[in-house]
Amino acid sequence: MAIVNLTNVTYKYPLTNEPVLKDINLQVNEGEFVAVIGPNGAGKSTLCYTIAGFVPHFFKGEITGTVKVAGNESSKSNLHEWVLNVGLAFQNPFNQISGAKYTVFEEIAFGLENIGVPREEMIQRVNDGMKLTGIRDLADRSPYSLSGGQQQRVALTSILVMQPKVLVLDEPTSQMDPIGTREVFGVIRTMAERGMTVIMAEHKVEWIANFADRVVALHEGQILLDGKPGEVLTSELLTGKGFGISRYTSVARRAKELGLWRRDTLPVTLDEAVEGFASALTPSPSPKGRGEL
Amino acid sequence: MNIEISNLHFSYPNGVQALKGISLEINLGEQVAIVGQNGAGKTTLVKHLNGLLQPTSGNVKIGDWDTKQKSVAKLARRVGYVFQNPDEQLFSKNVGTEVAFGPKNLGFSGEQVQRQVKDALAMVELSDKTEINPYDLSPTWRKMVALASVIAMDTSIVVFDEPTTGQDAASIARIANVIKVLRERGKTVITITHDIDFCAENFERVIAMSQGQVLLDGKANEVLGQDEILARTFVDPPQLTRLGKRLNLPVTVKNQDEFLQAYQARTRS
Repeated sequence: MAIVNLTNVTYKYPLTNEPVLKDINLQVNEGEFVAVIGPNGAGKSTLCYTIAGFVPHFFKGEITGTVKVAGNESSKSNLHEWVLNVGLAFQNPFNQISGAKYTVFEEIAFGLENIGVPREEMIQRVNDGMKLTGIRDLADRSPYSLSGGQQQRVALTSILVMQPKVLVLDEPTSQMDPIGTREVFGVIRTMAERGMTVIMAEHKVEWIANFADRVVALHEGQILLDGKPGEVLTSELLTGKGFGISRYTSVARRAKELGLWRRDTLPVTLDEAVEGFASALTPSPSPKGRGEL
Repeated sequence: MNIEISNLHFSYPNGVQALKGISLEINLGEQVAIVGQNGAGKTTLVKHLNGLLQPTSGNVKIGDWDTKQKSVAKLARRVGYVFQNPDEQLFSKNVGTEVAFGPKNLGFSGEQVQRQVKDALAMVELSDKTEINPYDLSPTWRKMVALASVIAMDTSIVVFDEPTTGQDAASIARIANVIKVLRERGKTVITITHDIDFCAENFERVIAMSQGQVLLDGKANEVLGQDEILARTFVDPPQLTRLGKRLNLPVTVKNQDEFLQAYQARTRS
């Protein structure tokens, strides 16, 4: 059943002439992990803000169409009700950190304090959250003394502990090293498997290919493609529009022109690339997948 | 103007030993990528190049200058530094003034400043945005302003700290082009990056750091093929390097051209 439902949504920020989102129709099912890709300026962040209620409640501007989450309609709700269902982690964690707390532990508890979670449960949730995202050792540090990647983990954790039905993430690993990226994608996948719905704006296509259930490609405020990761990420429609393309896809596309790739579909993961390229070699190297990216 | 780092040690005031005996030589005109996990000491190392940090022991020389004997302001003549987060370095009310600030302070003539600003803005495709406040631009374009403001200083050495963070494909291509142009002009470019594929496609020399030490230093193909050693600093080899390995190609490949060539040769054998 669709927990997020956007119907004919068009949105214009105040003081601008062009809409940033144009006639968006998007249904996301409960427990689905949807990645949103697109060049910068395509409307990814604005789509995140819209689902999270910041558009239009915080940013104002003109919105038409309907935005529904868990049966409630955005235009008929207040932001403080909306956040009980939807959590948003900002692209720049610096914009999210409250500035009112001295330690990471307190920062993560901030949202829970505001919705009146009992003290014992609050401590439990904060500890569990920090354990999940691997930041227990940062508990007593000031949020402002952390690196960008560490701040992103704190920002993510402070949303996770709110236990929203829908988790909206705007490039949550942009400032992380590869090991951090791997861990965060793992955590998000786990949350989706536990039934949380995840909508994530992201550039890292190889990670999306391995972790997301579905990919929505945004271009100039419109949905260009919406489907399975393997189909969307290898589509010809993405070329020349500023989308990130997996190097496995790019190299196979060139190999195809040279007659060196004989399959109809293009690869997006390492395992798919190995399989496709190995099949033309003798002796064929073991195409066994190791789940690498 | 070569860079000479000898037995560099650095400890932060809280006692954390961030660099434990680094010795490196980087020649004028070299393009070097520094890779390694967060906390490996990459940023601490490059902050020694323009005097933002001073060695606890050991020496850093930029040409004939010992960084201990020169102020940060003086070193800015030789070493330009682009911060990871552009918001930490931008402060002017419009892009033109921002980019002119550096060369103006280095004492270039008005005409020279104009020329260098124009050139730098063209390089990052911001020529038509000189009147705009940097904070009215998206983070992607603010990064370009930060790049331009350092390029305009026309230093022999340019340091980029994580230039591709949060950038989309078009922007990464733009940064790659900046590095290419600087190479053609004979500049030394030192780049810290987590984006190992970007590293493989744009740099000839790669230094891998781990826990305050240099783990590997050499030609990109040699360094990037050492998956077991790289794993110690949590760096995965580039995608096409791994693909080549899984297919048992006889050579280490790091980009599409090298892969296709090696693969084609293998299909014929």
